[in-house]
Amino acid sequence: MVQKRKINWKSVLSYVAFVGPALLFFLVIQIIPFLMGVYYSFTSWNGVSSVVEWVGFENYKRIFTNDPVFFNSFVFTTKFMVAAVFFSNLIGFGFALLLNSALKTRNLLRTIYFIPNVIGGLLLGFIWQFIFVRGFSSIGNLTGLSFFQQPWLGDEKTAFWGLVIVFAWQISGYMMVIYIAALQGLDTNILEAAKIDGASNFRILINIIIPLILPAFTICFFLTISMAFKIFDLNISLTGGGPFNSTQSVAINIYQEAFQNNRYGLGTAKSIIFFLAVAIFTTIQVWSTKKREVEA
Amino acid sequence: MREKYTKKTLLLEILAIIIAIIFLIPFYFVLVNSVKSFAEILIDAAAWPKEFLFSNYVKVWNIIDFPRAFWNSLVITVASNIGIVVITSMAAWKMVRTPGKFSKLLFIFFVSAMVIPFQTVMIPLMKLGGTLGIVNSIPGLIVMYFGFGVPLSLFLYHGFIKTVPIEIEEAARIDGCNQFNVFWRIVFPLLKPITVTVVILNTLWIWNDYLLPLLVLQDAELRTIPLAASSFFAQYTKQWDMGLAALMLGIAPVIIFFLFLQKHIIKGIASGSIK
Repeated sequence: MVQKRKINWKSVLSYVAFVGPALLFFLVIQIIPFLMGVYYSFTSWNGVSSVVEWVGFENYKRIFTNDPVFFNSFVFTTKFMVAAVFFSNLIGFGFALLLNSALKTRNLLRTIYFIPNVIGGLLLGFIWQFIFVRGFSSIGNLTGLSFFQQPWLGDEKTAFWGLVIVFAWQISGYMMVIYIAALQGLDTNILEAAKIDGASNFRILINIIIPLILPAFTICFFLTISMAFKIFDLNISLTGGGPFNSTQSVAINIYQEAFQNNRYGLGTAKSIIFFLAVAIFTTIQVWSTKKREVEA
Repeated sequence: MREKYTKKTLLLEILAIIIAIIFLIPFYFVLVNSVKSFAEILIDAAAWPKEFLFSNYVKVWNIIDFPRAFWNSLVITVASNIGIVVITSMAAWKMVRTPGKFSKLLFIFFVSAMVIPFQTVMIPLMKLGGTLGIVNSIPGLIVMYFGFGVPLSLFLYHGFIKTVPIEIEEAARIDGCNQFNVFWRIVFPLLKPITVTVVILNTLWIWNDYLLPLLVLQDAELRTIPLAASSFFAQYTKQWDMGLAALMLGIAPVIIFFLFLQKHIIKGIASGSIK
């Protein structure tokens, strides 16, 4: 199907030699398992047995009608995503504005704000588990502030916000880097012209800077949505999904279904639903922010 | 905007420094408590240690066999990086230099896989991995990283190569250089900036990855750093003294890596996200 006209075998061969290895690994590691997953999602396979029984839409029916834990994990993950995306971008953009001004320590500060990103989510979760359990109570005793004296990881509400805090702490430095790159690409003439015309800093920010760097928002929102929606490591080590499964993300739910309950068929069906949700969320987001980019 | 350093800038600077200090407080807690006795941690986690107990580190170093875990992580990260860079740079170059519908469709195919969450492929991958005999082995894990690394790395190379002028390659071809030599001797050195970005992004991801090694590596002597640190935590959940020392050992290598390369890393992340 390459070219119907004249097939130049030498160039086909060199195409295969260069593109083949990447395509091969990609097919074997991602695409074939993905297609197998679609198939297994219609079976009652337990992961061990050699007999794989076809059950049709049984798994999907069960997930949609009779799986409150999965439903709750979905609601939790969506709520978490909204809060996490909002705060990490707000803080990240704030940092970028702050460090784009002529501060003497700005290079050092960029490094510091970025540090949490180089540590994996798993270890960050353990670090913060210690902070919430022992560190906050020490700060609470020192300062007497009730904010620090709550049972952070033991309560459903605060455990949710605990995860949001840690996620924002980790990700906002990364977002800052992208926003700074965008701010540095701005045409300073436009900003100076607006200043001369007497526009306030706030007006310039809302009416000029933000519309001009909308592509950066598209990227940052895309990244944070997919990171927050797929949260696993941080969640495993910080709350383990507790208390009472209240902070169990979809990714953890799928993992447990497959590898702890040994219901691979059901687990893959959940993972297909998860895939569709991620694809839909990110497509809608990219489409809707891209549309605004054109208008601006 | 080159502004003058005014009083307002000074206030902003002070504010930014205060935020940075708050940002670093979690590390203070971990560091300080990792050299305390268990009892001292319970009394006051914020206080400066009465005496520095490095015995926590010695115990943890031996229990998790730190040199072994470090070596495993290093081998996996380096080998995966080399493989990903080789296969994706070659593929991206060929695809850009062979314009047409087929290359375009193939590119969309590669890149659209970026929305597939790992959880969607992990269950069948473990089944397939068992059949192919790539489970419970470090080379098997490396091969899996090749596959997972393709979409993003190929995307980055593809975007970059489009900006590389073709004239030098054509001159070399006329001089009789074959394709492999054109690519490795002439094109690949030109791709250095994007290769740095690709390597940095993949290093941070692979070094810190938890779930894939957890699923693939069952033997204790194959464990990577995150697995070693977490197994320790699971066993001694409330043994904060050793748990925190394990965390410090776990995060130290990657923090050192970052501090040495921070300029490249921050630049790489920025250019990787905004093409």
